[in-house]
Amino acid sequence: MQALQSVNEFVIKFANVNGTGSASANNLFAKAIFRMGLPVCPKNIFPSNIQGLPTWYEVRVSERGYLGRRGGVDIMLSVNPQSMPQDIRELEPGGYFIHDNTKPLDLRLIRSDVTIIGIPLTRICNEQYKDPRQRQLFKNVIYVGALAALLDMDFAVLTELVEDQFKGKEKLILPNIHALELGYQYTKENIACPLGIRVRRADKVGDQVLLDGNTALGLGAIYGGATVAAWYPITPSTSVVDAFERYAKRLRIDPGTGRKNYAILQAEDELAAMGMVVGASWNGARAFTATSGPGLSLMSEFLGLAYFAEIPTVLFDVQRAGPSTGMPTRTQQSDVLSAAYASHGDTKQVLLFPSTPKECFDFAALSFDLAERLQTPIILLTDLDLGMNDNMSPPLVWDDERQYDRGKVLNAEDLDQIERYGRYLDVDGDAICYRTIPGTHPEKGAFFTRGTSRDEYAVYTEKGEEYEKNMHRLMAKWETIKQWVPGPVEQAAGRDTDTAVLFFGTSEESSMEALDYLVEEDGIHLNAMRVRAFPFNHEVEAFIARHQRVFVIEQNRDAQLRTLLMAEFELGPDKLKSVLCFDGTPISARNIRKQILQQMPGYNVTPLRRDKLVGGLGE
Amino acid sequence: MSYQLPTFRHPELPVNELGYTRADYEGAISTLCAGCGHDSISGAIVRACHELSLEPHRIAKLSGIGCSSKAPTYFLGKSHGFNSVHGRMPSVVSGAAMANRDLLYLGVSGDGDTASIGMGQFAHAIRRNLNMVYIVMNNGCYGLTKGQDSATADEGSASKKGDANPFSAIDLPGLALQLGASFVARSFSGDKGQLVPLIKAAISHRGFALIDVVSPCVTFNNNAASTKSYDFVREHAEATGTVDFIPMREEITASYAAGHAHEVTLHDGSVLHLEKLSEDLDPFDRVSALVALEQYRARGQILTGLIYMNKDSRDLHDVLETSRRPLNSLREEDLCPGNKVLVNINASLR
Repeated sequence: MQALQSVNEFVIKFANVNGTGSASANNLFAKAIFRMGLPVCPKNIFPSNIQGLPTWYEVRVSERGYLGRRGGVDIMLSVNPQSMPQDIRELEPGGYFIHDNTKPLDLRLIRSDVTIIGIPLTRICNEQYKDPRQRQLFKNVIYVGALAALLDMDFAVLTELVEDQFKGKEKLILPNIHALELGYQYTKENIACPLGIRVRRADKVGDQVLLDGNTALGLGAIYGGATVAAWYPITPSTSVVDAFERYAKRLRIDPGTGRKNYAILQAEDELAAMGMVVGASWNGARAFTATSGPGLSLMSEFLGLAYFAEIPTVLFDVQRAGPSTGMPTRTQQSDVLSAAYASHGDTKQVLLFPSTPKECFDFAALSFDLAERLQTPIILLTDLDLGMNDNMSPPLVWDDERQYDRGKVLNAEDLDQIERYGRYLDVDGDAICYRTIPGTHPEKGAFFTRGTSRDEYAVYTEKGEEYEKNMHRLMAKWETIKQWVPGPVEQAAGRDTDTAVLFFGTSEESSMEALDYLVEEDGIHLNAMRVRAFPFNHEVEAFIARHQRVFVIEQNRDAQLRTLLMAEFELGPDKLKSVLCFDGTPISARNIRKQILQQMPGYNVTPLRRDKLVGGLGE
Repeated sequence: MSYQLPTFRHPELPVNELGYTRADYEGAISTLCAGCGHDSISGAIVRACHELSLEPHRIAKLSGIGCSSKAPTYFLGKSHGFNSVHGRMPSVVSGAAMANRDLLYLGVSGDGDTASIGMGQFAHAIRRNLNMVYIVMNNGCYGLTKGQDSATADEGSASKKGDANPFSAIDLPGLALQLGASFVARSFSGDKGQLVPLIKAAISHRGFALIDVVSPCVTFNNNAASTKSYDFVREHAEATGTVDFIPMREEITASYAAGHAHEVTLHDGSVLHLEKLSEDLDPFDRVSALVALEQYRARGQILTGLIYMNKDSRDLHDVLETSRRPLNSLREEDLCPGNKVLVNINASLR
């Protein structure tokens, strides 16, 4: 079997033991590729435990710029005996299996169509280091050095990175560079280098950055003017508030007094976290919380109150695999419905769907403007894949002329002009009313905020017509909202077609790659749309109407986005076809292509047939 | 439905330093049952705020769900109110207080709202020493759902239905003391002479101030076998001593014999005068307060008055070191670091 040959286009996967410090070494490898000017997409695939279980780190390298999961693995670097049988099975025919051959490889694992490369990582470490922790940590750095030789990487890039990484901890620089050299030298001297797969400097990165979505959300909250963060720790959203705090400590200290221009409250649970956000927002501060599915469930009660009482609130939901505790460290897009209709009664919540760290930053900042302008909760939905992995992204930009949109807030002078203030009076005909901040005016503007029915003057009432009037206004507001949320992004196929794909969030990269495959290998051309917000605006409705069939690509079992589209646009089941992935890994381009091909002939899979669509396709 | 009070007021009603009459601190007409203890507490709040000459619009009144939580409608009509969700008033106050440290936060809750569904939030607001007055209108039963026992109903006490409560009661002042509350008091809705100065002192205290007020439910829990009835409480209440509150604006002329009285200057300059009657209680010692509570409970008596106060209390803003300016008053120039900083952040991500 011919070994795989490729320059700058491949997938490499690291199989490690959780808790051995491999993540930073793997990250060093990915960042070195990035610094060589190559688009790179690292994904951490980790277990929900403290240590000892298998953990993986997959890096997509693609000069063509594909950043989603492709599917399949070309090079497997496996230093975890526990996962080796599975690891070697995942390799593409012609792939490379790199392992620690201090102990010989179990002969039963060997595949004849794979090149097996042994490097005695443990032996090298045992010869070099006495301390057991050093032996463990440097083993990871040594294999990065070995990869530099095998893939013909620029070694100087690695040493520069180490120097940058340990700035301020200089005594760590030389030992790390030494470990890199150990791996590099051994491999150069003992193994035929480079492999058929290799990397070459390119200029495909430009000014892009490598950033995880959660940090981008935290930064977005800083720039968006959030002053109160209330939260309860939960994977995979914890690092959102960590990032907010890290930057707030640097950027939000009052220069005159040294005191903080922000408050972070770690609540006792998600219910309290959301209550704090509601209280702070009610009182005129920009406030947010960050959570994941189980937290969203607990916050639903307050989300209903905030919807009905029209209190601006911002919630970042970094989705993971549910239901219940599900797979806490695996990715999914399965909170769509529970977020869209969060809480009991007739509620509708505004959702934003970013797909890059830049959009996380932009949408996070935007969500505070939207919440105040629209006086309703804004739920920003990302997922673990975007939130916790370094994603290549356009750089973050802020317009220094930008003013915060505080929405319709009456100050004392405004109130002086008004004979009788009505909190829920639709003065401007856009169904968005004027609010007042407590403490503004001695005589006017005070009202009772409540979750019970009330009239336009916020006075409690159970008159059916008053209740209906209010609920109708909230629906009219829903129409107003459509013009303010980010519209969809369309990409036309190279030729006329009556078939399209529609997706959101992190399905974007793989979807766009799959569309290329469908053109190149199958001659199928599809129009594409990425929705970026709920409520869906008229462009989304028109796009669906224009096509005979639309494949809706999403990462959950129940086709939640499709359900939402059907419900909102009153569509029948035939029009929208599902492409699904819900095994906890990000959807891959190959998977998408395969599911679309299965459904193309005659479009006759009606309605949704989950057993036919998704079984065994999550590669 | 809330009924508004008639606007006519007697022109010679006494005014306070701000020129407000007591009527300026009232709210809508109460729809609670005639004789409800909660209305007496509302009256005490009105009197305390009037006498302290507080600006009504600088007070935020917040509550959860239940009879007690409806009460804020019936006082401080010029204040912003927030009827939140069941048991979750403390978190809403926490956020509100973070947003604007300059308002006075008055939380009103009930025994169901606080001791059952809201127990967690109550406990955590205490341990954060949130700067608020937390009044529990405690009647030992669920009035809105027709008289079920609440978690503060005493063991053996019977509501209107007649069944004796088989479970032990949660004692909110005792719990608050254990959790580190910096101000703990208990009173009786029928004892305004005691309740009004306690409310005033709680308002002037910096930090979490709990006042647990036994407030009989005339409809479901005012019968002979109830330990939260008017008669029972009148017969079994034992005051720690007399409490007198002298706001900073008034000339301090009171003088008491040494050895029997404490005078405490609060952070805003007001003076709290305590004349000690209870032999068992040192209101500045948490252990003594806990012991006294237990001793009175063992005797079947209800200890009322100021039970504990930490004179050196540091509230949540002090602990978090937040800006002296209210966070909700900060603007772009205070909050947004600008694109130049972002350019550097981008550079660090390559």
